[in-house]
Amino acid sequence: MGVKVGVVLFPGTNCELDVQWAIENIGGGEQLGGEAVMLWHGDATVSGVDAVVVPGGFAHGDYLRTGAIARFSPVMDAVADFAAAGGPVVGICNGFQVITEAGLLPGALQKNAGLTFVCDTAELRVETTRTALTNLATVGDVLRIPINHFEGNYVCDAETLAALRAEDRIVVRYVDNPNGSLDDIAGICNEAGNVVGLMPHPERASDLLLGSDDGVVLLRSLLAAADEQARTRA
Amino acid sequence: MRFAIRIDVTHVPGVLDPQGATVERALPALGYTNVGAVSIAKTIRLQLDADSEAAALAQVDEMCHKLLANPVIERYTVSFEELV
Repeated sequence: MGVKVGVVLFPGTNCELDVQWAIENIGGGEQLGGEAVMLWHGDATVSGVDAVVVPGGFAHGDYLRTGAIARFSPVMDAVADFAAAGGPVVGICNGFQVITEAGLLPGALQKNAGLTFVCDTAELRVETTRTALTNLATVGDVLRIPINHFEGNYVCDAETLAALRAEDRIVVRYVDNPNGSLDDIAGICNEAGNVVGLMPHPERASDLLLGSDDGVVLLRSLLAAADEQARTRA
Repeated sequence: MRFAIRIDVTHVPGVLDPQGATVERALPALGYTNVGAVSIAKTIRLQLDADSEAAALAQVDEMCHKLLANPVIERYTVSFEELV
């Protein structure tokens, strides 16, 4: 039986179909058995999925602050419970902003240092493999993954940064910082490594036709974590 | 009683304010070379019904914590305005 990956859909989300396609077709048609299940933001549960992706877009129009309103959607309580129970949760781009606002990860994403919307392919260095998104990668791997954001400038206080470093929670760093992020941070995780947030879009690097399939190792890692979660629960 | 309230949401000191920094760099181009420390903030105005000023303040504080400001990057000040 394939694993089920819940994809959270808020009004204004726009990367859910890319994530669905990548999960179901990852690696150029090589069937890995991932099945995407859409989770509407008003849902009260995560419908028994084995992993959750909060995809990119402009949830609730990004009004007030990115992710600020989305965190109050009913499904986010269910996602928080799922995460607290060890379930793999990945927030991509706007999804990263949503899960930091929801308090699943520390810090915040603010406007890019150059005040420009950045749409480019970034090189990311894998910094740890103990997470739901990097368990099949190798530390030091450099992955080419698209970025597409205006508010990707990661900030946190000095204590939080020290904890992120000491606890091996910086998941990926930019080789060439595009947005002013503190310590070149492109993605971080929680203490247990099951909740990961990152600004770059692995689903947009999931097939060579897209210019890079470097995101495949990340998505396969997520499916592996989902599989682990399914076995734990069974 | 109805209260008119103004909430100013500003950056936590030390957190980069890219909008303020950009404006600060732009002003000298217009000849205003004596300007510094530019920061750009957000103002939220609202009205609410409460039994007292203290109760109104307490509620606004709660709303700021939960939604209106992000304590990681923002601070806020609350003031009362004339009800119009």
